[in-house]
Amino acid sequence: MACFKRSPWLFHYNASSCNGCDIEVLAALTPLYDVERFGIINTGNPKHSDIMVVTGGVNARSRQVLLNLYRQMPEPRVVVAAGICACSGCIFAKAYNILGGVDAVLPVDVYVPGCAVRPEALIDGIVKSLPILEERYKAMKKKGAHRG
Amino acid sequence: MTRLVMLVAFVVLGPLVGGLMDGAARVLSARLQSRVGPPLLQPFYDFFKLMQKQRALVRRLQVLYMIVYLLFTVLAGALLFSGDDILLFYFCLTLANVFFVLAGYSSNSPFSHIGAERELIQLLSYEPALMLIIVGLYVASGSFQVRQIMMTPVPLALYLPGCLIALVPMILVKQGRSPFDLSTSHHAHQEIVKGITSDFSASTLAVLELVHWYKNCYLYGLVALFFSFSWWAALIAVAAMFLLTVLMDNSFGRFTYGQTLRVLWAVTLAAAFGNITVLYILRFFSPVLLKGGA
Repeated sequence: MACFKRSPWLFHYNASSCNGCDIEVLAALTPLYDVERFGIINTGNPKHSDIMVVTGGVNARSRQVLLNLYRQMPEPRVVVAAGICACSGCIFAKAYNILGGVDAVLPVDVYVPGCAVRPEALIDGIVKSLPILEERYKAMKKKGAHRG
Repeated sequence: MTRLVMLVAFVVLGPLVGGLMDGAARVLSARLQSRVGPPLLQPFYDFFKLMQKQRALVRRLQVLYMIVYLLFTVLAGALLFSGDDILLFYFCLTLANVFFVLAGYSSNSPFSHIGAERELIQLLSYEPALMLIIVGLYVASGSFQVRQIMMTPVPLALYLPGCLIALVPMILVKQGRSPFDLSTSHHAHQEIVKGITSDFSASTLAVLELVHWYKNCYLYGLVALFFSFSWWAALIAVAAMFLLTVLMDNSFGRFTYGQTLRVLWAVTLAAAFGNITVLYILRFFSPVLLKGGA
């Protein structure tokens, strides 16, 4: 059964965002956008999650936290970079403390640009990441790693 | 024979009915907040997804605790539905919960520990209520056997309205609904990461979902027991209680553990204990009024 498509749980981490994108991430949970229609739940716990939504560029401090959170997520998992800072670092890319976008540390599956990211775009991005999640599950099953 | 059928029906159909109720509660919650909400079968999608995730265990012992939690919950529910001793149901339930708390304590996460402590406080707050409800059922029907209680000629809900009221906060606590969702809460509400379930993942979390479904069955089964004089009355009572619990979930913020303890004990003392006292006084003055009792 293709259940990953129907029940993607996510958590979101602010790597160094100005909070603009975070507000939009949470706006997607409100009655106007209602992401629970797709079975999406904001869990706030990496161990319960399938999708990691990161906002803001990565700096020297958030790098380790980001890696820790990623390692705590059970397979299959996908990473969504929300907002232009998370995609590339944007205007902060050249700053002395910024390592770059999220892809400087983690393999990013879906990039959702915007300043701030629009809730519609974010929902689109997450829905786009669902087939990738299914693919990961198939690859994982082939390897027989899910009993690990 | 009917007992065996009821037992098998509970074990096999229990998760189906409980899961559908869970899904209906989520849809209803969404509608109350003027959202569309998830599909009705969402809890089942969640369950199968969690079963397919990679197992990342903090402690192997946690899996054992969770399986024992599931087994004792099923046993408790089976005792209730097959019409056996309601005291045994109570003891099995308590034991099951102890294993859940142990599962919380078995990880090293401080979030998990806080959740486990709060789960203990929840136990402390509703156990007296459940005990008094059982005593009330005994006083009104003269038996601890569920099948005897069911056959009581008098409508139990009329004699035990206080006990029925005391059952409402207990259901809220057991289902992890606001305002009593201290140890962990379902989905959208959250605090201290995920409380007692912080370190659960994949199939361990799926077991918890399964327990939730069985839990729905025996909780609403208890409600139906008060209306056992007619199938229709029992069905309407269960539906009404379902609506009430979802409504309360959506209209309250979370209580602190002190408030939880005070509110639950106050309700227990006033409603359940008061009810039983009144029942005894009534019986003293007019024994004809209550012929069911011992």
